[in-house]
Amino acid sequence: MTTYIIRRLLWVIALLFGVSLVTFVIFYLLPSANPALLRAGHQPTAALIKAITHQLGLDKPWYVQYLDYMKALVLHFNFGYSYQYQTPVKTMIFSRLPATISLALGAAVIWLVSGIIVGTISAIRPRSRFDRSMMGAALVAISAPPYWLGLVSLFLFSTSVGRFPILPGAGSYVPLTQNPVHWFTGLIMPWLVLAASFAAIYARLLRGNLMEVMSEDYIRTARAKGVPERRVILRHGIRSAITPLVSAAGVDIGVLLGGVILVEQVFTIPGIGGLAYQSILNGDLPMIQGTVLLGAFFIVVMNLIVDIGYAFIDPRVRYS
Amino acid sequence: MSARESLLEVDNLKVEFHTDDGVVYAVDGVSYSIRPGTTLGIVGESGSGKSVSALTTLGLTRGKRTRVSGRILFEGRDLLTLPDDELREIRGDDIAMIFQDPLSSLHPFYKVGYQLMEAVLMHRSVSKAAARDRAIDLLELVGIPDPHRRVDSYPHEFSGGMRQRAMIAMALANEPKLLIADEPTTALDVTVQAQILALLEDLQQRLGMAVIIITHDLGVVAEIADEIAVMYAGRIIEHASSERIFATPQHPYTWGLLKSIPRLDTPRSEDLVPISGRPPSLINRPSGCHFHPRCPYVRDGHKRVDPKLEPVPGEFGHEVACLLPAPLRKQIWQGLQAGRTPDELRRLVDDKPAPEAVAAAQPADEAGA
Repeated sequence: MTTYIIRRLLWVIALLFGVSLVTFVIFYLLPSANPALLRAGHQPTAALIKAITHQLGLDKPWYVQYLDYMKALVLHFNFGYSYQYQTPVKTMIFSRLPATISLALGAAVIWLVSGIIVGTISAIRPRSRFDRSMMGAALVAISAPPYWLGLVSLFLFSTSVGRFPILPGAGSYVPLTQNPVHWFTGLIMPWLVLAASFAAIYARLLRGNLMEVMSEDYIRTARAKGVPERRVILRHGIRSAITPLVSAAGVDIGVLLGGVILVEQVFTIPGIGGLAYQSILNGDLPMIQGTVLLGAFFIVVMNLIVDIGYAFIDPRVRYS
Repeated sequence: MSARESLLEVDNLKVEFHTDDGVVYAVDGVSYSIRPGTTLGIVGESGSGKSVSALTTLGLTRGKRTRVSGRILFEGRDLLTLPDDELREIRGDDIAMIFQDPLSSLHPFYKVGYQLMEAVLMHRSVSKAAARDRAIDLLELVGIPDPHRRVDSYPHEFSGGMRQRAMIAMALANEPKLLIADEPTTALDVTVQAQILALLEDLQQRLGMAVIIITHDLGVVAEIADEIAVMYAGRIIEHASSERIFATPQHPYTWGLLKSIPRLDTPRSEDLVPISGRPPSLINRPSGCHFHPRCPYVRDGHKRVDPKLEPVPGEFGHEVACLLPAPLRKQIWQGLQAGRTPDELRRLVDDKPAPEAVAAAQPADEAGA
């Protein structure tokens, strides 16, 4: 188990190197904008652009730039300076991270809880009115793009422009440390919008799994030994049916931690997603690198946690 | 056999499943009873309704699309009309069940000991420590070595035979009066099969419980069953003491089952005789005698008349549902035992001027039995 974890951690590092290299190459092959031009003001002269290019180090060959970048990163944990903000990328990312984590984890709690409850009830009462209406609603939630759902819910419920002004709308995010109550109320709508499609997917996934599990032989055994139906479902059924959800949840949360671009934009939450989006528009290479590496880091780490967690969830899985 | 002396009495049990494809007549008017401490073997191929009748006893076939009628009296109480929670109290306590595939029948995520403890704790208000001690005792009872350590193993760490022993231990947790074993040895190696059967027999004698063994293999019940019921297409088609089933079987299907078992005492030159055809659909059952499409001795009338389970003349407690006249059946069985094939013996049935005259005519026996 220990050697397995060490081997996986080494792979994580190799993978992150790969990701950074690919990001670099893509930036040079398909430049989104010329950073020097963007920084040169309204009437740029050729000399000014050249000077800025030199100042940013963009006149060196790309592999030299990459090596410089990696040297700073590995030796000093330095992600460089943002072209746009003239501040260290690391500082920017860490200041934006709490908002994204709040959004992603809060939504994850909502979608897991609601998905598991709906999926379970639907599975034990298939074709019932509850099942049919919930699976219908799930189909809508899966099909609705989050930005559209976000705009509609703002239009309906936000205190600023909503028809039924009951919840704070866009731009109402405050950090948890500043005011926990406002942090919570401000995030309710983004959480629900972000969780909707995931909750729907998880409910359907669990419904299918649980229905399959409930026809397993060991469920029959549990019933045959006189276990009450409630306990059969909770202890014997869900215990098995939930395992695939754990791996899906790990990856999904990892992806969201890397930046929830659309929902952050709709609700103007100052998170990583917005930062990444802006840095791409501005050709802000160090910032692009930083956010991409962060996203990749969360995804591979969550994957690792899921894989290791599996050994504890399913005793048949043993890594060697 | 009166209800007073029998532990379980099944009376005209019918189980129908209403599926999208039609109504499945899984069990169609089955009656049997079992006295305390005895063993009943229910034999039939897959889809004959043998498992469904057992599962229905425990209420495990209850569902929206299932229709059940008849009576299943257990110690005078009708299990079919019992509310779910009262039936649950009987399950795993007075009546326990073991299943075919011990690997899929044990929960893969829980330790064997936990699953045994659960069986105890569902019916007895004892501490967890006491339940664990009981689990260890049970593992020892069924012959699992080193039970103190094995109680913390997962099912996948057990061998097939040990898993079935663990299943048996779980079934015995509350010393049931009736144990239903549904194909308990089918998924096991032949040598392990013998061990499990010996264990069941030994435990039955020690604990004095009644046992119903459900199997497709007459060889399995030969040694341990007191009575045998042969099922086909949802019905019992022959029912007798174990000795009589093997000595004077009456139904062509039973003959087929007996002739398809390899035996050490038959001459090597003699081939095994498979039963031709496939089990019938339980949605669209054959007309008349349900066995007629596969019966080597079928007559035209058998396709229209549905035989009832009737006593065999001169054989106490032996019942059969067959339209062939008793003397002819005797003749054919003697022929089969003498090593003749069903094709040869078919002449005994055919050799008639007109099928309609069959019932009245004597069997013409040119070949001699």
